[in-house]
Amino acid sequence: MDYKMQLTDEQLALLNGSKGETMAKVMKTLVMYGDAFGAEKMVPVTSEKGHLVTSFGLKVMKPVYDLMDQLIAGGALSGQKFSVDPKPLDPNVPKGLLDNIVFTKLMYSMQDNYDAQLNKLGLIDKNSYTCTCYMDEVGNKPNKGDILSWAESSAVVYANSVLGAKCNRNSGIIELFGSIIGYVPYFGLLTDEGRKATWIIEVNTTKKPEAQVLGSAIGMKVMEDVPYVKGMNKWLGTELTDDVCAYLKDFGAATASNGAVGLYHIADLTPEAKEAGEDIIAEGAKVYVIDDAELERVKNNYPVMWKDKNAAPELCFVGCPHLSLAQLNEWTDNVVAGLKKNGLKKVSVPTVFTAAPGVKEAFEKTAKAKELADTGVVLSYICPLMYMNNPLCKKKNVITNSNKLRTYTTSRYYTSDEILDIITKEVK
Amino acid sequence: MKQFKGRPVVAGKCEAEALVSHGGFNTLASFQGALQFGEIPILGSKYKQTECDDQNNADLYRKPMLNKALCLPQTIGSTTGGMVLYCANALGKAPSCMLFSEHIDSLAAAGAVLSAVWTEKPMVTVDCLGDEFLSYVKDGMKITVEEDGTVTVE
Repeated sequence: MDYKMQLTDEQLALLNGSKGETMAKVMKTLVMYGDAFGAEKMVPVTSEKGHLVTSFGLKVMKPVYDLMDQLIAGGALSGQKFSVDPKPLDPNVPKGLLDNIVFTKLMYSMQDNYDAQLNKLGLIDKNSYTCTCYMDEVGNKPNKGDILSWAESSAVVYANSVLGAKCNRNSGIIELFGSIIGYVPYFGLLTDEGRKATWIIEVNTTKKPEAQVLGSAIGMKVMEDVPYVKGMNKWLGTELTDDVCAYLKDFGAATASNGAVGLYHIADLTPEAKEAGEDIIAEGAKVYVIDDAELERVKNNYPVMWKDKNAAPELCFVGCPHLSLAQLNEWTDNVVAGLKKNGLKKVSVPTVFTAAPGVKEAFEKTAKAKELADTGVVLSYICPLMYMNNPLCKKKNVITNSNKLRTYTTSRYYTSDEILDIITKEVK
Repeated sequence: MKQFKGRPVVAGKCEAEALVSHGGFNTLASFQGALQFGEIPILGSKYKQTECDDQNNADLYRKPMLNKALCLPQTIGSTTGGMVLYCANALGKAPSCMLFSEHIDSLAAAGAVLSAVWTEKPMVTVDCLGDEFLSYVKDGMKITVEEDGTVTVE
């Protein structure tokens, strides 16, 4: 094959089949991929663990299963253990008989087989299914400066921006290939130049912006560029506390799903912005000013996909991306207080909170777990997005505070305060 | 008729009818209906021609994408994007070619390269066609792509 990248002897040998035909094809894929971006070389993956985006055993993904079989048969296994996005199914999440048939017989009939493939390829363990692998309770948290071969847009943008690791917005399969070979093409967000901000975002709001709406506005404006966000210190401070990290997790997920942001800098807060200050802004950066009216405009433009826009909600999802332990605690307190204020014992809309298995387990060891269960809220490890991706759910009136879930499904977006208000009041 | 010169990411020849997205193309959101339900009786009836399922894309929502020349700036959204394109192509549910006005993004590049290396039917992919290309091309125009990345629109 023709290629432009400079390869080491070891990499060239792999490409020429020193470890078999399958490894050669994996290497060829990465070389072609790197060449598309003018990568001059490949660099070692330095993180301890990887993260894959594809967790769902959808029947229709046969080409992926066939490819995985080829990898396993060819001995092309991941050189590092990896976590993977959340599972699509959980028996505890409310659904009807028809949903069950559609989910298990028609859609996710390959789940067990695919789980077995992931195990063979290098999955950490059965609790490693989450989009927030970087939570302390999960344990796949890269160090600053680590080079990653990850996918999952919300995890990549968090690792780059909040943790200061270096990762491109890799696609599913490509991220596994990087973990198999142990090298990734050097371009984009791995380079100093690629990490410079090409947009300045000036936030001039009169109250703390809803993370998911602010992220959405920025994502839709800058698309795949790198924004440098000013004006957030008065709302977030200058330290990466648990609450701030949770805010940035939700903000980043919205930038990545409503646009294609892989890295953002928050002035005086995120690691590289703290170190380099405004030197991290590229010359000629464009400016986007966000005020209350702009956020309102963005929110009001979200399409409502419900057939009857005045219908009562039938299901509520909170936790896309998965909730942190601090968020679970806060939501529990808020739901309990909201119900008490409104004279109710249980939430008025079937509600599911989602979190990583490790976070769920930690939460269930606390007294708050019973408090939450008593409100009727179900706590699950599920991926709400995968759960909702079917024609039956499309007809359901689902509400969420996740801009990512709104983007990919027919769920209707409300702010966290609005969601709390809806689920803790009697349905009229 | 007008010609545009781009960079072949996956070189090849192709003729198809144009389908134009002026905004970022969300791959997962666009293909999810066709991929998940296209083959399921009743549920899949509205996805037989890979109808776009992205309600946020006013240009493409509910329009058939199968065998079209998909003209777009870049792809956006979930990092399943490349894998979704790979599956769509391997299952015969993809556009004939993808023509990017801007530099290809990492997710679409992954889909194009995976299709080229791991399937028998690479998806012709050309990028860097320029803003003028996306302003000029309209739904239904005839597109001809040459091996060297030359795209003729008429």
